[in-house]
Amino acid sequence: MNRDLLWGHLLKDNAVVMRGIVKKYGDFIANDHIDFSVRCGEVHALLGENGSGKTTLMSILYGLKSFDEGEIFLFGERVDLHSPIDAMRCGVGMVHQHFMLVQEFSVLENIILGHEPMRHLGQINYTLARQKAQALMQKYQLFVDLDAKISQLSVNVQQRVEILKALYTGAKVLILDEPTAALTPDEIESLFDIIKSFRNNGLAVILVTHKLKEIQRMADRCTVIRQGRLIDCFPVDNISEEKLAAKMVGRQVMLQLARRKKEPGEILFDMQNLCAHDYRGVQILEDVSFSVRAGEIVGLVGVQGNGLDELAEIIPGLMPWTSGIINLQGQVFSQHHVRHMMDAGLANIPASRHKHGLVLEYSLGYNLVLKNISQEYAHKGIIDEEKIFAHAAQMIEKFDIRSPNGPFSAAADLSGGNQQKIIIAREVNDHGRILLAVNPTRGLDVGAIEFVRQALLEEREKNKAIILISYELAEILNLCDHILVMFRGKIVGRLSSDQADEQKLGLLMAGGGAA
Amino acid sequence: MEYLSIFSLLFNLTLSSATPLIFAALGSMLNENSGVTNIGLEGLMTAGAWTGVVVALFTHNPWLAFLCAGLAALLFASLYALSVIYLHANQIIAGIAINFLAPGVVIFLNRLIFNGSVSSPALMLEYKMPRPFAQIFQNNPSGILSNFFNFYCVVYLAFVAVIVLWYILYRTRLGLHIRAVGEHPHAADTMGINVYRLRFSCLLGSGFLVGLGGASITLAIVSGFRPSVISGQGFIALAAVILGQWNPLGVLSSCLLFGFFRALAVFLDGPTVNLQVSPHLWATLPYICSLLVLVFAAKRSQGPASLGKPYIRS
Repeated sequence: MNRDLLWGHLLKDNAVVMRGIVKKYGDFIANDHIDFSVRCGEVHALLGENGSGKTTLMSILYGLKSFDEGEIFLFGERVDLHSPIDAMRCGVGMVHQHFMLVQEFSVLENIILGHEPMRHLGQINYTLARQKAQALMQKYQLFVDLDAKISQLSVNVQQRVEILKALYTGAKVLILDEPTAALTPDEIESLFDIIKSFRNNGLAVILVTHKLKEIQRMADRCTVIRQGRLIDCFPVDNISEEKLAAKMVGRQVMLQLARRKKEPGEILFDMQNLCAHDYRGVQILEDVSFSVRAGEIVGLVGVQGNGLDELAEIIPGLMPWTSGIINLQGQVFSQHHVRHMMDAGLANIPASRHKHGLVLEYSLGYNLVLKNISQEYAHKGIIDEEKIFAHAAQMIEKFDIRSPNGPFSAAADLSGGNQQKIIIAREVNDHGRILLAVNPTRGLDVGAIEFVRQALLEEREKNKAIILISYELAEILNLCDHILVMFRGKIVGRLSSDQADEQKLGLLMAGGGAA
Repeated sequence: MEYLSIFSLLFNLTLSSATPLIFAALGSMLNENSGVTNIGLEGLMTAGAWTGVVVALFTHNPWLAFLCAGLAALLFASLYALSVIYLHANQIIAGIAINFLAPGVVIFLNRLIFNGSVSSPALMLEYKMPRPFAQIFQNNPSGILSNFFNFYCVVYLAFVAVIVLWYILYRTRLGLHIRAVGEHPHAADTMGINVYRLRFSCLLGSGFLVGLGGASITLAIVSGFRPSVISGQGFIALAAVILGQWNPLGVLSSCLLFGFFRALAVFLDGPTVNLQVSPHLWATLPYICSLLVLVFAAKRSQGPASLGKPYIRS
């Protein structure tokens, strides 16, 4: 067969063909001659680290961004996509990572927005709209209450609405951008069922992700992009997580880190009989007691809603408790006080980088000195900027923080992994010897995950006492010396790492040990 | 004086004083629903009020004057819209600018036309907006029935405008789009709604309505223009939008409430009561009441989510 014939076949078999796509931002090349194709009835994973150019490529396919070179073919025809409307008309739908839903509107209004069937006098034909939406729900087994207000719905239901919205526009190619980022394991399972029904109905599904497990579970083929270049495209049967990770990052990634055996030192953190109530007066923590020694990582696990989130706020003093004490290196606290607890040696890598970890609008330099700016980076109330940015330059070097404008970039302009590095640089550099880390690798790609876990182990080597709260069991099992299981506000299991495995923990987390 | 008579008088005064507020507040409500604030109502009302009088004085056609008043305010609103929508100017600053610019231009033109005077000559009764039912109450123009039913046509038009805006906002596709743009412009944009154009149009429509509000003062309630003719009503209309929770029926009710305070001030100051209190003190009543009402309404106030935030497409 000659080239043209081959090309013809390629076009005929594929819902999407992108050929030689180049996108430049000034000197920076975000997409460097990328070829990408997706068949009908296929789930195609697009894998890459944050900032690798996968989101740019998808924005081009969705008409949100222009490109400098290359061609796009949809269902065999060359198309020009200048806006999302063009893409929608050609059958491309996108489910954004940050949902595009009007909170005050009903589900139905959101689904039909921009594509309303009309009646006379400018009115919307809601009867017809409802019928069409119901037919779609039936076809893909994807059910939502059409009259509910978006603001009343949980995240996974909102995602369903977002998917229905795309289907309503007649999408035959669905781009799902990091669809599992905000979902619980159960919700991820039901999302996978929905994706399967898309595959069975002949839709082309593009799964943009950096989660390797999902690719193994769901995808038929996978395209890997690194630093704007196409690395590989291959079928996903029997490929190991390590191999996927290596292709994505471009080097061997240690998913399991080696933890050196060592004798723990003196007790640095001690919690005794802590009880707490939530704002409605319901007891959420009951007689929680545990201690952490120097050079030891203690992990806390549990299903969401069993007190872990509250513990993560109580330990750094963000939330009051009713009775019990927290002892930080000999200083006893019976009331919460963020500043005093910090001064007593507690450092905190909080669960929400954006809410509690960083001031997003501030520069990297300022974020690095948030905790001690008045003690060390100011004279008589006047800030010493030179010193701040010199310090920031050091930290950027030491922690390999990738920032577009060095110490001067706003924290908001960095990728999630690099934002987490800012927090780690600030917290582990602190003089505190007790470190609390809450879901420290959530939302990060494997390269950054490896970095964060390595950093925690290094702190352990420095004889700090580390408390790790995580919903990621593999992470807990890998890093912790001791594991405590929370169930209904109580510690129901205490295991050392060599006794624990996922089954045992899972059983205890479900209340199996309480009986 | 018997109660029915007092009541009818208050009723009449309430509706008359509420009318300019209704027009202005409806306009403001329209652009706020699309996610843009405009504190320049005061200036736009002044532009409408002056244009109405001048056109009526020269053409002797109050309807044409009323229309031109709307268009004049629309012109100033388009300046505002251009700067805040397309040039992303700060909405508060641009609004303040309109509040200085429009009265400035208007008074300047007034001096040119009327030999240096800042006020216009009085408008003759027959060139004011008509009272459609005046014939019926010919014999007893200040009677109770007349108080209840004999209004300038602008009063009826204001109520019609309420219904029209309610229909547009809650029954049409246009309304759904306007509200979507006010709540989550980015979401609307990804579904193919032109955020800039829609917000621009809403500001123009709003400008027109606000201009009608200004003209309904000078072409009906008083007869002629002077610089103090609006005296804060633009800001009271802004308050009415918040109190009315950004929906036309709520806005109507809150305008009637503010109108009532205004009526009360006029009434208490009038010959029927005679309380020996300075009229200036009574005149503060509507403003003090609007302040109080807003303090109590602030708690449950829930405006469009993207109100006042410029939309910059990335």
